[in-house]
Amino acid sequence: MTLVTKRSSPNPSVPRSSPAGRIVRTVLRRPAGATAAGFLILLVVLALAGPLIYPHDPDAQNLGNRFAGLSWEYLLGTDEFGRDVASRIIQAARIALAAPLISVGVALLIGLPLGLWAGLRRGVVDAVAGRLADTVLSLPAMVGALAILAVLGPGLVNAMVAIGIIFAPGLFRVVRGATLAVAEETFVHSAVAIGSPTRRTLWVHILPNIAAPLLVQVTILMGVALLAEASLSFIGLGVQPPDASWGSMLKAAYVNQFDAPYSVVPPGIAMVLTVLSFNTIGDAIRDAVGLRRGR
Amino acid sequence: MTPGHDTARPLLSVEGLTIDLPGVQPGLVEDVTFQVREGHCTALIGESGCGKTLTSMSILGLLPASVRVSAGSVWFDGVDLLTRTPRQLRRVRGGPVGMIFQEPMSSLNPTMTVGDQIAEARRLHLGERRKTALARARELLERVGIPNAARRIGAYPHEMSGGMQQRVMIAAAIACEPRLIIADEPTTALDVTIQAEILALLRDLQRDLDLAVLLVTHDLGVVADFCDDVVVMYAGHIAERTTVDGLFYDPAHPYSSALLAAVPQVGQARSRLTVIPGRVPSAGGLPAGCRFEPRCAHAQSPCGERQPDVSLGDGRRTRCGRVASGELTLQGALRG
Amino acid sequence: MSTRMIIRRLGGGLLVLWLVSILTFLLVHLIPGDPAEVIAGENASQADVERIRTELGLDRPVLTQYVTWLSGVLRGDLGHSLFTGKSVVTSIAESAPPTLVITIMAIVLAVLVGVSAGTVAGLTQGSRVDRLVSTLATLGIAMPSFWLAMVLVSIFSLTNPWLPATGYADLGEGFGTWLSHVILPSTALGLATAAELARHTRGCVADVLTRPYVRTARARGASGAWLVRRHILRNAAIPVVTVLGLQAGRLLGGAIVIEAVFGISGLGTLAVNAVLQRNYPVIQGYVLLCAVVVVLLNLIVDLAYGWINPKVRTA
Repeated sequence: MTLVTKRSSPNPSVPRSSPAGRIVRTVLRRPAGATAAGFLILLVVLALAGPLIYPHDPDAQNLGNRFAGLSWEYLLGTDEFGRDVASRIIQAARIALAAPLISVGVALLIGLPLGLWAGLRRGVVDAVAGRLADTVLSLPAMVGALAILAVLGPGLVNAMVAIGIIFAPGLFRVVRGATLAVAEETFVHSAVAIGSPTRRTLWVHILPNIAAPLLVQVTILMGVALLAEASLSFIGLGVQPPDASWGSMLKAAYVNQFDAPYSVVPPGIAMVLTVLSFNTIGDAIRDAVGLRRGR
Repeated sequence: MTPGHDTARPLLSVEGLTIDLPGVQPGLVEDVTFQVREGHCTALIGESGCGKTLTSMSILGLLPASVRVSAGSVWFDGVDLLTRTPRQLRRVRGGPVGMIFQEPMSSLNPTMTVGDQIAEARRLHLGERRKTALARARELLERVGIPNAARRIGAYPHEMSGGMQQRVMIAAAIACEPRLIIADEPTTALDVTIQAEILALLRDLQRDLDLAVLLVTHDLGVVADFCDDVVVMYAGHIAERTTVDGLFYDPAHPYSSALLAAVPQVGQARSRLTVIPGRVPSAGGLPAGCRFEPRCAHAQSPCGERQPDVSLGDGRRTRCGRVASGELTLQGALRG
Repeated sequence: MSTRMIIRRLGGGLLVLWLVSILTFLLVHLIPGDPAEVIAGENASQADVERIRTELGLDRPVLTQYVTWLSGVLRGDLGHSLFTGKSVVTSIAESAPPTLVITIMAIVLAVLVGVSAGTVAGLTQGSRVDRLVSTLATLGIAMPSFWLAMVLVSIFSLTNPWLPATGYADLGEGFGTWLSHVILPSTALGLATAAELARHTRGCVADVLTRPYVRTARARGASGAWLVRRHILRNAAIPVVTVLGLQAGRLLGGAIVIEAVFGISGLGTLAVNAVLQRNYPVIQGYVLLCAVVVVLLNLIVDLAYGWINPKVRTA
C-alpha cells in the first residue's frame, strides 16, 4: 500500500499550527471520528482504572452460579466458573490495548528505521530489505505468525511479537514509499546539500513529513493486531489461562456454547467495537490529511 | 458552404433552456434559445465555463446528476426530448443523434475493441448481431479514413494515435446514420495538423450524409471554416445569435467583437493581440444586469439593468441593449 | 500478456519461493538453545534427543543440511513427523481437501456477494442501499471471522438445529450432507473478504462512472445491464482482481481459525498442532505449501489482469 501526500517546499513540518493538532481537530470534528476516539478513551480509562471499578473480582470463581444470565448483580452474566463476565471484559481490555501496542511497536522498531534508510539512501539496504519484505509478504499473515510461534513457543507476548514481525514488511514499504516521495522535495535536497547528517535529515526533515501516512498505517494495524491476538488466543497460541483476553473468553464461550449459546456475544461485541474504532480513526486521519487510498 | 440566409427547417430547437445546480447556483445556463437547421452547422462558442458544454450535454439528457434542467424545452424532429422517458431518450441517443467528445483517449472504453465500440450503436438500435454490426463497423472505419480497417477493427484504443481515436469516435457517432451530430470540442485535444484533418473529415461527412451539426468550440477559426450559424455564449447567457458572416463582419455584441479582436490575425504583429480584460464571473458572483458589463469596453450605466434578448431580424438576436437600440456599432474582424 | 512477461513473473515467483525455503529451513536453527533438546521436550531421554538430532540432521554443517533438505523438498520429500513418523506429504495430502473446499467456497461466496453488493452500491452512490452496504462492509472488516462463525453456529445449529455445528463431510457422503457441513465455515471465512471486495468494488465502480467513456457509451444509447456489464464492470474489475489475489492468500490463514471453530481437521489444524508439539517438519511443509499456493495465486492474478486489461496484454 502506498500513501502519498502532496507537499511543497519549504519544509512544511515547521508550520504555524502543529500538524498533529490539525489532524486531531479534523478527526474529532467528524461524528464517526469523535465517537471512535471517545470509545477508545473510555477503553483506556477502564483498563487503567480496572481494579477500582470491577463490579466483582474477575478471577473469583463461584461454581454454584455458573452461566448466570444477565442481572443487576452480574451485568453480563457469569461464565463457566461463575466468574463475572463484565469484570473479565474490563480486565481483558488491558490485553486488548497492550497486545496491539506490542505488535505495532515491534513492527515500528523493524520497519521504521529500515524504511527511512531505504527510502533516503536506497542502495544495498533497500535491495535486501525489499526482497526480504516480498518474501515475508508472500505468506498469509496467520501462516507466517504460526511459523514464528513455532520458534518462539506459544504465549501472549510471543504471539504479539510474531504478529509484529509479520507487520514489519508492510510498514517498511509504507515508510519507504513515503520517504522516497519526501526525499525528492527541495527542502530535503537543500538539507543534504548543507551537510546535514543522514540521521538528522531523517529525524528532522523526513519523519515529520511522513508522519501522516505512518499514523494511518499504525492505527489500522492496531485493529488488525487485535483481531490477530484474538485468533491466536482462540487457537491456544496466544493468551494462556487463567488470563483473560477477549479472544480467550470467546474460546471459553465457544467450548460451553451448548450451555450458554449467547455467551459469545459480549466479548465479540467488545472486540468489534474496538477494531471498528481503530479503523474509523485510521480512515478519518487518512481523509483529514488528504491521503490517496491505494495499493 | 451553404449561405446562412436560406430557410431550411430547424431540426433541433432549444428553447428557454435553464440549468441549475440545485441548492448552490441557479442559472448556470439561463434562457438559452437557438436552432440547428437540417443539413447545417451551428457553432456554440464561448470561453470555457460559459455553459456551452452543459447546454450540449442537456440535449440528450447526459448532464451529471448534480445539475438539473429547470426550464425550457429541446425540440428534436418535432418532439421535446426533455419530456421523453429514459427509454424513449435512449432510442434517440446514438440513433438519430450522434455525439463526439473531446479527448478521444479517455472517451473511448479502454477494454473494448474499437470495432465493438463502433458496432455497439448498431447492435443497440438496429438489433444487429455482432458479426453483422462488425462488418458494418469495418466499412465505417474505411469511411472515416482509417487504412487497414479489417485489421484495425480488433485494435484497442490505446494502440491508436489521438487522430485515429477521434476518427473511431466519429465512425461510432455516424454508425446509425444520424441526422444530427453534437460535437463537443472535437479537435481541442489534438495536434494542429490532425485538427485540420478531422475537420475536413467532419465537413465531408456533413455534406455526404446531409448531417446537421452542433459544434461546441472555442476556436473561431473552426467556426469560420465550418459553420453556418453561430451562438455566442457568455457566463450562461446567449450574448448573440447570428450567422457566420454576421459574426465576422457585423458582430452585434461587445463580447463577440472582443473575441474577434483576441484572435491573432495572419500578417499582424504579435503585439496586436488583444486580451479581454478581467475574467469570466464565477457562478456565485454574476452581475444583475448584462453579465459582460464588468469587462465590457462599451459599458454605460443602463447596462447594469437586466438586458432582454432583442431580435435584429434575419434570425439574429443580441442581448446588448446598446447595440439593439443602435447607439453602439461594433467593428468586425474582417472589413471588406 | 507477452510470454516474456510471464517468464519474468514466473522467475520472480521462483525467487520468492527459494527465499521462503531458506527462511523455512532456518526455522529450526532459530530456536534459542539446542534445537534437538527443545523439540524433544523437558522429559525426554538423552537417546530421544539424539534420535531427533539425527532425524533432523542437526549434527551436520548447516549448508549440507540445507542442500539435503532442499533436494528432498524438490523431490517431493518433506520429511517425517517427529512423533508419528508419518510422511509430511501424506499428512498434508490427507488434511488438504477440507481446507481447499472451504477456502474455495469462501472465495466464490465472497466474489458473488462482495462484487455484486459493491457494484450496486457504486451504481447507486448515496442511496439507502449504498449506505447499508458500506455500513455492513465496515462492520464485516472489523469482525473476527471466528466470532462470526460462533454466532452463525449459535443461530443455525444450536438455537435452530438446521445445520451441523462441527465436522466435515466428504462429497462422497452425498451432496446435501457435504453442503450442510461446508456452508457455515465458508460463510464465516468469506465474509471479511466479501466486505473488503464490496468496499473496493464500490470505489472502483464509482470511479469508472466518472470516466468519459461511460458518458460516451450512454450517448450511444447504452444503458442498464448492457452498460454495466460491457463498460463499467469490465473496467472496474481490473483493480478488483488485484485485491482478490491478496485476499485469497489471507483466506488460507483465516481457515486456520475457522477449522478450529468447526472442528474440521484440515491443514490449519495440522499446523496448529504441529506448532504446539514443535513438530518442525510438518510446520516447514505447511509453510512451503502456503508459499507455493500464494505465489501461484499471484501468477494467476497477473494472467487474469492481462486478460482483462488489454493495455497489459498487448504491451
